Amino acid sequence: MATLQVELVAVERKIWSGEATSVIARTTEGELGVLPGHAPLLGQLAEGGVVTIRTETGEDMVIAAHGGFLSVTEKGVSILAETAEISSEIDVERAREALRRAESEGDDPDAVAAARRAQSRLRAAGASD
Amino acid sequence: MAASLRALRRRIRSTQSTKKIFSAQELIAGARIVRAQARVEASKPYAREITRVLSALASSASLDHPLLTEPENPRRAAVLVITSDRGFAGSYNVNVLRRTEELLSLLRQEGKEPLLYVVGRKGETYYSFRDREMAETFTGFSEQPGYADAQRVGEQLIAAFTAGLDDEDGGAGADGIAGVDELHIVYTEFRSLLSQVPVAKRMAPLEVEEVEEFDYEREERERGAGATEIAPSYEFEPSAEGLLDALLPKYITTRIYAAMLEAAASESASRRRAMKSASDNAEELAKNLSRQANQARQAEITQEISEIVGGADALVSAGSND
Repeated sequence: MATLQVELVAVERKIWSGEATSVIARTTEGELGVLPGHAPLLGQLAEGGVVTIRTETGEDMVIAAHGGFLSVTEKGVSILAETAEISSEIDVERAREALRRAESEGDDPDAVAAARRAQSRLRAAGASD
Repeated sequence: MAASLRALRRRIRSTQSTKKIFSAQELIAGARIVRAQARVEASKPYAREITRVLSALASSASLDHPLLTEPENPRRAAVLVITSDRGFAGSYNVNVLRRTEELLSLLRQEGKEPLLYVVGRKGETYYSFRDREMAETFTGFSEQPGYADAQRVGEQLIAAFTAGLDDEDGGAGADGIAGVDELHIVYTEFRSLLSQVPVAKRMAPLEVEEVEEFDYEREERERGAGATEIAPSYEFEPSAEGLLDALLPKYITTRIYAAMLEAAASESASRRRAMKSASDNAEELAKNLSRQANQARQAEITQEISEIVGGADALVSAGSND
């Protein structure tokens, strides 16, 4: 079965790379699934979005990516993010705490951005309500 | 004589204890270089990818984004200088600041008014001591810069640049803020452990050729594989222009971040070198001083002996006369 070569890079380090059978992401225009053989595409990921990579072994890897782009070429998929976290590495309690704190700070743009980030972390960890 | 011996011993002790400080600093800097280099390496995949994406985008979108087009009549130029927070780094800061001065006088010759943005406490003191105006200073992270720091700096610069778009001749434009028309960066490039070179680069307006500088090896490889392939025609979500808008500021921030990481590695390398020669010098000094101290001690003993012998002789000759 054809696979996609996926690279997930954040600014400070490369987070993951490997073979995958599909990638699901949400761009600013809407939800999007990428299978092997997808047409070349550049997309901006929606703020607070979650990217799901289905690896070769059939596992789903869920990633919270902030401020990112998705680039699909015939060689594979690269996901660029300012920060990204794999769901297994996310500390749910801390994310909840961060969300509560950010929400209590009100409408300040920094706080709103922080709240979005916390939400996407929770969503990636499957703990959002 | 005895007093000078005591003074010498005191100097030896103090030289040795400063030497301890120097060699500790040297070891710390040595460890930091390794970490800084690892961070430079770790940031490369992203830089490479974002460069590739941007090149792809540049070949498909119309290039009339403000960050890409030359203004007709540039008036003001922002210069971002990256220095260190702490001293003890040899000529590191002096070199960067000298390079900056060169750039500033060049800009002035071209009739542009330079605006300083300074990273690092050393640069800040340098300019505030000379009563020179700084648009903004950022301190406290020169040795271990994080992406968040680069973002903070980048936001300021890009805001100034965007504010400069509607400026009319010499004055602030419709938004009432006098922005800048060019962005420059001066930082120290880390070539190797022995050579760090201060460089000045223009970040904006970007030249699209410049975009490819990260990507040499990869391109060589692709060419080697026999494919001078045409860039694939991409689909864009949202539009190509929208993407360019979002991507270019990130690209500039990435470049600032890369420059900060290199500067941090260079800083540690210069510090290690400076501390190495300082501790070598201290050792040399201690050696010379202890030689002098030994001489003084010997001289003291010799004098005592000759005094005793002289006294004994005098007594003996006095006795034989009786």
